[in-house]
Amino acid sequence: MIPAAFEYSRATSVAEAVDLLRRGGGEAKVLAGGHSLIPLMRLRLAQPTALVDINGVKELDYIRMEEGRVRVGALTRHATVVRSAEVRRHLPLLAEIAGEVGDPQVRSRGTVGGVLAHADSAGDYPTLAVMLDAEIVTDRRRIAARDFFQHLFTTPLAPDELVCEVVFPAAPGPHRYLKFRRRLFDWAIVAAGVQQLDGGWRVGLTNCGPTPVRATAVEAALAQGATPSAASAAAADGLNPSSDLRASSEYRRHLARVLTRRALEQAA
Amino acid sequence: MAVSQMIGARIQRREDPRLITGHGRFIEDRTLPGMVHLAVVRSPHPHARIVSIDTAAAGAAPGVLAVLTAKEFHTVLSGTMPVAPAFAPDKKYVPPRFPIAEQEVCFQGEPVAVVVASERALAADAVDLVHVEYEPLPAIVDPEAAMHPGSVKAHTDGPDNIGWDTTFAGGDIEAAFAKAEVRVKERILQQRLAPTSMETRGVLAQYSPFDERLTIWLGSQNPHFIRFFVSMSMGMPESAVRVVAEDVGGGFGGKISPYPEDYLVPAAAKLLGRPVRWIETRTESIQTTTHGRGQVFEAEVAARRDGTLLGLRLTQVLDLGAYHGTFGAFQACAGLMAGGVYRWEAVEARSVGVLTNKVPTDPYRGAGRPEATHVCERMVDRLAQELGMDPAELRRRNFAREFPFTNNFGLVYDSGNYDGTLDRALELADYPALRERQAEARRAGRLVGIGISTWVEICGFGPAAPTAGATGGIALVESAQVRVLPTGSASVFVGTQAQGQGHDTTFAQIVADTLGMPLETIELRHGDTAEGTGFGCGTYGSRSLSVGGMAVQQAAVKVREKARQLAAHLLEADPDDLVFEQGRFAVQGSPATGKSIQEVALAAYGGSLPSGMEHGLEAVSYFDPSNWVWPFGAHVCLVEVDPETGAVRIEQYVGVDDCGTVINPMIVEGQVQGGVAQAIAQALYEEVVYDGESGQLLTGTLLDYLVPTMNEIPDMTLDRTVTPSPVNPLGVKGIGEAGTIAATPAVINAVCDALSPLGIHHVDMPASPDRLWRLMQEARP
Repeated sequence: MIPAAFEYSRATSVAEAVDLLRRGGGEAKVLAGGHSLIPLMRLRLAQPTALVDINGVKELDYIRMEEGRVRVGALTRHATVVRSAEVRRHLPLLAEIAGEVGDPQVRSRGTVGGVLAHADSAGDYPTLAVMLDAEIVTDRRRIAARDFFQHLFTTPLAPDELVCEVVFPAAPGPHRYLKFRRRLFDWAIVAAGVQQLDGGWRVGLTNCGPTPVRATAVEAALAQGATPSAASAAAADGLNPSSDLRASSEYRRHLARVLTRRALEQAA
Repeated sequence: MAVSQMIGARIQRREDPRLITGHGRFIEDRTLPGMVHLAVVRSPHPHARIVSIDTAAAGAAPGVLAVLTAKEFHTVLSGTMPVAPAFAPDKKYVPPRFPIAEQEVCFQGEPVAVVVASERALAADAVDLVHVEYEPLPAIVDPEAAMHPGSVKAHTDGPDNIGWDTTFAGGDIEAAFAKAEVRVKERILQQRLAPTSMETRGVLAQYSPFDERLTIWLGSQNPHFIRFFVSMSMGMPESAVRVVAEDVGGGFGGKISPYPEDYLVPAAAKLLGRPVRWIETRTESIQTTTHGRGQVFEAEVAARRDGTLLGLRLTQVLDLGAYHGTFGAFQACAGLMAGGVYRWEAVEARSVGVLTNKVPTDPYRGAGRPEATHVCERMVDRLAQELGMDPAELRRRNFAREFPFTNNFGLVYDSGNYDGTLDRALELADYPALRERQAEARRAGRLVGIGISTWVEICGFGPAAPTAGATGGIALVESAQVRVLPTGSASVFVGTQAQGQGHDTTFAQIVADTLGMPLETIELRHGDTAEGTGFGCGTYGSRSLSVGGMAVQQAAVKVREKARQLAAHLLEADPDDLVFEQGRFAVQGSPATGKSIQEVALAAYGGSLPSGMEHGLEAVSYFDPSNWVWPFGAHVCLVEVDPETGAVRIEQYVGVDDCGTVINPMIVEGQVQGGVAQAIAQALYEEVVYDGESGQLLTGTLLDYLVPTMNEIPDMTLDRTVTPSPVNPLGVKGIGEAGTIAATPAVINAVCDALSPLGIHHVDMPASPDRLWRLMQEARP
């Protein structure tokens, strides 16, 4: 429960952060909210030799509406997203998801960019990003969400690359995100998100595999007029979620179907 | 007769302003000049032979002062760690335990070496540099498998894995079963639980070579016992060792027994000549602080068709872990209490303690009584279901009603009114309306269940005679010293050790009433073996008020009676003619003539004492209760199970308890709320899981070991009845474990009732959604 030794530096700009990461030589990690990284370090499951603290990079802390898109700076805290009138108006599902991340302390420290870069399949924003075809913007390129989440905790980010922004389409229509968990502050055992967009439905699943899942079979069935009940039967098709202490793979597949149906029923 | 003001008063806990503003004094808050830090190198294997330990790299690491192994500790520590000898009378194999492993490690987390360094982080770094070569040995994880002759042995030198095998016979069980018109049988699991105090364990020790004195600060429920054992092991006079427990951030049974670190830290302090501190990490806590429960019950009930209970036969297989916990055998009392609040013709209980390659088990909030109540209340519900009888009605038909009530094992329940608590609980819950609501929900395909638990427990340990044998010579009596200072304020020294129970408030209320003194003039002190009386037995087993509180009351009465003698002298009256009211002695019939307790106190240190009277105004009392006390109650729980996901929601919770006379109702309610929360934790959330093959702990963090938060705990409707105990002068009983004993079966009975339309008769704990979903899948055609 005591981290291994590491160097600490604090950046005040994106350029400085990238420079510090580069000097870390592949063993440096970005410290934003720290709510995933520091527990891993305390257990010595992560032993970065250097931390680059980006909490001083104020240019990454913003929410902007632009041409039908919601742009969220990587350093934006969950609590800021929850309170944002613009997010509530243009992408209310994002505000609702942010309001159910962890507990008040986590929401006050944790960041949108941190969750995306960490790429935990139990994270909530990755699912939203994938189902809405969001874009992740780094200091050097734009990456489509579907290409960003390559595997559990694995992204195409270079060791010295910094996530700067995520760009979602505005989607004010019916939506719902249902998280199944044992305790209010837990990660989802499984979660299902649904969002009406451009006249169709987008459906995403959390913690049903090594990456967030877009349930395209459900989307297609709905497009053909299937009821939520009928469409959600296909939610777990092709999925092989892992088993752990909280849920067997089979139970997760079952939950995917149940939660998808309920989310569609409650959103409509 | 003094008008009682403080006893029964709902006053806020005096300790809280300090504790809730972050001004408590815990082990990590205490530092000493020159203090260094100890970290423990632990076995990653559940069972292995130690081939070699290479400490060279760790010893050369930055900041490291020493790397110590069993070889070094043998020079300052002797003997083995204690095992209470008598709770399970037929002890068989008791493997010796030295605080640090030398040749063989028998559970994951067992210490093999320690590192002492100038900084805590440097000590943690150096732990990774100690190279221990192990030869892994087969591990035995499942206690039932461990019972079989020819099983893998938890200790290679042991004859087998049987720690004890004891059968308690209460009546003619064969005759009772011969009369049976109906029998029900069930296998009931009690999962392992981690006590999970908010403050983990911690030890700070300082050895002074000049006067050969040792001071140990640690988080303990039991500081005098720690001194007793550690002084013996270190070959020091008990009087040369001072043990101090200041604020203790929770115990729940996990800080009763001495631990390896309680020996290793003082020993390291002596070897190095520096103050040494060790703070347990959360993972170490889950891995190495003793676990609770860990039992398997096979139970069978014989009854008549009209619901009359006849016989209860059960076997308890208790997973001891790798060594006997110091008080682990206490949990064999589950058999003696399994008859619960009912009349039986016979009860027979076999208890088998089995060694496995896991951390030892020891008492955990309730220790044996929650297990007894769970088995009994589950079996009564199973019988009600089998007979198609209302479970409340079946209970009423069999309640013990005449007190004192002697149970099948000769234990004498002091007082009770089981109808009273059940009637009140059913009234508060509006039981008929709940059943209607359930019927309606069932018609709509919903799974709604009602669970009842009518419970009794044995607590207030003492008495001296039965407990002295059980602990190996120390009677579980309790002591107090009350000292009134010249200006009329008082210091009260007690041998109990609060870890959140509110003794600073409750005990002061008793003294305030007995001596008629303002509460704020009474200081309560505990936890320092250098103060107060010769010995204290600590706080656990809901004993502090009914034993320790009575010692306080008796000592205060002694002080009052001396003050009466002195007041009579000062007033030139006969002591028998004085009335004592609101802190003032007055001559009967002339109330204007009197002396306050404060005036008397000053006089006690003055120059005009009656001849033969010693100076001062203080007294010591040891209280040895004549029997245990037997709190009881009835809890009712309403749950709904999601038929699709298996998620359980507690819709309503009612608890009506009876702990005799209540000193502070707010503290009683807090204890019940916390206890119920901890019981819900067992029923629905918590479980220590080891991999069945490898013996690796799988729930080593609070991400995996699911302690519920306030969000998961429902509002509770609580009430009580008052049936005083005849065992002590104030008529009190314990309440610290009541909620934990009562609520687990109430919740599980409700879950089972909810699932009964599917033909599901029993659910093991925790009743997690995936487990219930699987059961429902299997039950549905």
